[in-house]
Amino acid sequence: MSELRFEQVTVRYGSGRHAHVAADAVDLVVPPGHVVGLVGESGSGKSTLARAAVGLVAPAAGQILLDGRPVPRRGRRPLQMVFQDPYASLDPRMTAGESVAEAVPGRGRVSGSGRRAEAARLTDLVGLPPGTVDKFPAELSGGQRQRVALARALAGRPDVIIADEITSALDVSTQGAVLNLVRELQRELRLSMLFISHNLAVVRYVADYVAVMYQGRIVEHGPAERVLLDPGQAYTRQLLAAVPRAGTRIDAAADGGDDEETGQPPGGSVT
Amino acid sequence: MTEISQAAAAGPLTAAAGPAPRSANPWLRFGARRLGQLLVSALVLITASFLIIHLVPGDPVRAALGLNASQQVVDARRAQLGLNNPLWLQYVDYLRNVFTGRFGTSITSGLPVSQVIGQRLPATLELAGYSFLVAIAVAVPLGLTLGVATRGGRRRGAELAFTSVSILLAAIPGFLLSVGLVYVFGVTLHWLPVAGQSGFSSYILPVASMAVGPAVVLARILRIEVLSALRADYVRTARAKRLPAWKVYLLHVLPNALTATLTICGLLLAAMIAGTVLVENVFAWPGLGSTIVASIIAKDYPVVQGIVLVYGTGVLLINLIVDVALALLDPRSTIRES
Amino acid sequence: MARRRQHLGRVLRTPLGISSAILLAVVLLLAVFAPVLWTSKANAIDVVSLLQGPSARHWLGTNQLGQDIFYRVLVASRLSVGLALAATAIGVGCGLVLGTAPLVLGRAAGRLITSVINVAVAFPALLLALFFAIIFGVGAQGALLAIGFASAPAFARLVRTLSASVAGLDYIAAARIAGVSRLRLLTRHVLPNIRETLIVNATMAAGDALLSFAGLSFLGLGVQAPSYDWGQLLNDGLQGIYTRPAGALAPGVAVVVAGLAFNLFGEALAVGLGVSAQNIQVGTLGKLRSALAAAATRSRAAEPPPSPSETAGAGRVLVVSNLRVSFPGNVHPVRGVSFSLDRGEAVGVVGESGSGKSLTALAVSRLLEDAAVVTADRLEFLGRDLLRTAGPGRGGAGPGTAGVMSGRELRRFLGTSAGLIFQDPMTSFNPVKRVGAQLAEVAAEHHGLSRRQAAGRAVDRLRAVRIPRPEHRARQFPHELSGGMRQRAMIGMSVMGEPALVIADEPTTALDVTVQRQVLRLLKSIQAAGDMALLFISHDITVVGQVCDRVLVMYAGKIVENLPAGGLADARHPYTRALLASVPSMETSRELPLAVIPGRPADPASLPAGCAFAPRCAFADARCREADPALVADGAGHAVACWHVDRVLADDPPPAAALTADPESAGAAPVSGERA
Repeated sequence: MSELRFEQVTVRYGSGRHAHVAADAVDLVVPPGHVVGLVGESGSGKSTLARAAVGLVAPAAGQILLDGRPVPRRGRRPLQMVFQDPYASLDPRMTAGESVAEAVPGRGRVSGSGRRAEAARLTDLVGLPPGTVDKFPAELSGGQRQRVALARALAGRPDVIIADEITSALDVSTQGAVLNLVRELQRELRLSMLFISHNLAVVRYVADYVAVMYQGRIVEHGPAERVLLDPGQAYTRQLLAAVPRAGTRIDAAADGGDDEETGQPPGGSVT
Repeated sequence: MTEISQAAAAGPLTAAAGPAPRSANPWLRFGARRLGQLLVSALVLITASFLIIHLVPGDPVRAALGLNASQQVVDARRAQLGLNNPLWLQYVDYLRNVFTGRFGTSITSGLPVSQVIGQRLPATLELAGYSFLVAIAVAVPLGLTLGVATRGGRRRGAELAFTSVSILLAAIPGFLLSVGLVYVFGVTLHWLPVAGQSGFSSYILPVASMAVGPAVVLARILRIEVLSALRADYVRTARAKRLPAWKVYLLHVLPNALTATLTICGLLLAAMIAGTVLVENVFAWPGLGSTIVASIIAKDYPVVQGIVLVYGTGVLLINLIVDVALALLDPRSTIRES
Repeated sequence: MARRRQHLGRVLRTPLGISSAILLAVVLLLAVFAPVLWTSKANAIDVVSLLQGPSARHWLGTNQLGQDIFYRVLVASRLSVGLALAATAIGVGCGLVLGTAPLVLGRAAGRLITSVINVAVAFPALLLALFFAIIFGVGAQGALLAIGFASAPAFARLVRTLSASVAGLDYIAAARIAGVSRLRLLTRHVLPNIRETLIVNATMAAGDALLSFAGLSFLGLGVQAPSYDWGQLLNDGLQGIYTRPAGALAPGVAVVVAGLAFNLFGEALAVGLGVSAQNIQVGTLGKLRSALAAAATRSRAAEPPPSPSETAGAGRVLVVSNLRVSFPGNVHPVRGVSFSLDRGEAVGVVGESGSGKSLTALAVSRLLEDAAVVTADRLEFLGRDLLRTAGPGRGGAGPGTAGVMSGRELRRFLGTSAGLIFQDPMTSFNPVKRVGAQLAEVAAEHHGLSRRQAAGRAVDRLRAVRIPRPEHRARQFPHELSGGMRQRAMIGMSVMGEPALVIADEPTTALDVTVQRQVLRLLKSIQAAGDMALLFISHDITVVGQVCDRVLVMYAGKIVENLPAGGLADARHPYTRALLASVPSMETSRELPLAVIPGRPADPASLPAGCAFAPRCAFADARCREADPALVADGAGHAVACWHVDRVLADDPPPAAALTADPESAGAAPVSGERA
């Protein structure tokens, strides 16, 4: 069980006059063994934080610490990530088993057959039938691919997993299976998890704590129950009010006032 | 050149656009960037041309004047060409001369290179220009009509026939096609002249052999672009607005399809310039192509340098025009630049 | 590797593959063996028959030394083909070095190399070859180096582009994060992609090199006498083309055939090895080819995914009865949908991928064409028949046939009375036309307004959808508006003509949740203001429940349930209930696992007999698997298509209904079923 800590992390894209600050002095802690949900709309910077944590992009300022030390970039990688797009996250030329086996650490120390055995164990752990190890990604459904991606992330024996919109591209009926699995594994293996999603209902189901991002800054954070039931910030309230709820109705706007585009936070497409 | 066309082809922005930037700035930035690129490319071109004389093995002057020329004459020519100065000085002189239009003197004939170029350039320009125009005049209507006619899998026979013929025709390089045309129309049928530039009929075979390949390729690409545009969401919207078919094709499909083929047109025109070198030699056309080959064989390097500069500048200009046209026609590209 | 052999086998099995492989084999064999067999014949000087045309002894005639042209052409193949292959090897080698140099040498040097390459690539290869030929000198060796180096920039750029594109993919990032070493990344992930593309490009480049060599030799800059390749023979022969055309045509034909052999085989390889045609960039035609393929890819990507949907409307605005849509290949995405819509009524159609909801909307609005076959017992909009006027120019059945219009009338009628809103506002707007102009088109076309009046109405509609500064926005291009604003503009465009029916296909799926709420409220406002019927298609059952009066649930091309939005909690069909249960809400219990529907969505190309949901249904029995239940109404505005409604309501599944370990393998046919 490890703690992931973001301290004043700032990430910039571009340079000079046209630099875009994607993350602005972000402070965030994922307590050991807990799940922190990171919510926000497009352009909020949540994916940027994830990419900074795994080293895909370098922060312009601040640091990211695992148990008080910088995240190791060599040898065993205790920080792993599962991506959003189930179609792009697996090498189409490698079987599922090969993709998972490749992530097993200890090249040179662990034999090929040992690696394959571990891959088989992991695919079984994520609930896939034994024949899956020999299948190519093209033969698997989106939900199955996400499970393979999860198995690959687990192969490195991580302490922390970052899940970046892992169910956004799945059909509603398969989303539940993947979420159940994630929850079960997290509890069993006592992983610390940063769960990123734009879907508040999903985050509520999975996370113990919730942080809300808006335009690169964390505007609110705290225990999930508190933030999602009794938010302190106006933006969070707005987000919650906009979540579709069964049994409610959307009617015609009574007056024109609050529907104008100005005065609202700029919206865009879902990442 | 490739940046904008790649950007234009890359697709729409997905991030929130926010308030639109003022229109002046993106254009200025684009202009500055493009100009910078142009200068760099021009510099590379001029340097390459400059290096020609210095990279050839042996003594270029001796090689051009022949073994029989006396050492005095050779030395005098060397001095006249400035080949005894240190390299950097020669380079600076060369740069200066190029920008003031002094391209040196031919080793063999003693004439100013600019004069030689001036005499021969018009013929090449005509050949390349007419060929390009003919290719476009044939390809655009053909591509559009075929695209509309074969949309959605209609008339597969026509599609297959067209694709096969176009593959075959495109596989034949211009100069081989010209040989074939010379045989058919000159030797066998005696309909058309096969040498020199004299009167309208002498243009037909050279222009035809240069235009056929590109026309067919362009028509093929345009057809595919039209098919792609026909399936785009905005055409569905236009149809949903129940506009008449011809308006959908001309006002929504064609502009988008043409924009996508603009880059191709630039490539084709540049390839045509290269093609003139060969075709001119088949038809004894009095242009730069026949001159440069003769000069290479005669080792008359100043002339070669000059013509290389002309060709290179032509290509750079074409790329520039294509980029500017793309920026004008595709409103997304200027924003992309920033 | 087994996969590679399998690919090569595929290459050889197509007609193109077989014929080009044979042709190439002939060319290569000729290059190897012709000189061995026929050099003496080719060089033999026949003093008796100088400069003669074709004869029995010399099939293609002789040259000025009396040498047989036919055998010379055959023997010249070695030099032509050999030099072409050698030049290609030089090009590929240099290209690999230059293309990977930036990775090795670091940023500054890399940038310099890249910019030089970019400049070089902008020039046609022939000009580059000419330039190098000048430097390396006249002759075969000089020409070899010239053509080789001339093709290097294109290869370098190809290598760079490919490695960059592969390096940006998610699975590379995942491998990096997993700790895979850089070397293994290169060899295991990047190189396999590059290898096949390089092979294809090299094959094409060999063909182009052949042609370039012929050109250079033809100009006198390549192979010099007494050596001869096809280009040199062509040069010789051209001088005598009037009297001995065979001397010029034969080498020309040889060049074309050999070049074609390489290029066609390259194309066949590309298909067989799975190399995207976009990645074939080398050679004079290469750039054109890659642009051609980029266009073709865009064209395929722009195809709307086939997902049929049906809308049933009873009453006054829209009446649909037994609507069917099918595609060639026995694909039936829509299998008998019936419903109706009243004025002012909002009806939602809910379904997952493969349900047929979008295709239904397109079929109803007569926007499906080409391969789709649309049939229905009734398809009437505002009392007019939409089916029998499908073809342009096919006029009405005759005076007195009520409700049948000519193609043109139908177009005008639909243009004024039905509005459509699509999912992706970015691609649904023409990117090169201003927003206002696109709205104005509708009015100008159908209402005969002048340009100024139409523009004015467009601004008015933009204002009605609450876009601030509508005059300014009307003059902007679609990409300058945010996603939410674009969708509002789309709504505005759909109501330019005061329609009686608005069909919205996933209008808010791509929007943020806060923007979605605004847009939905706007949609309702517009609907109320115009007393319009609204057909709302979505995969999100919660949203549909919020916006619509009635909900139609579709599965595998059929409506399985038709119920009032307020009564969603009392849904009776197992699929509807499962769908509702599996959507997590803010009230879902955190203690229990989420509900899951086992199996995968049905594939319209391979539907089971009987009820399409049976493989995934906990209540299914033998009857369900044999017979497809019909939609049965209960008289209180609620219709269900299920044999066991009572069982479902009592929550009493038959015995032996078991869930397997893998929720997605419950007996469903293999499909590609995720939400696009």
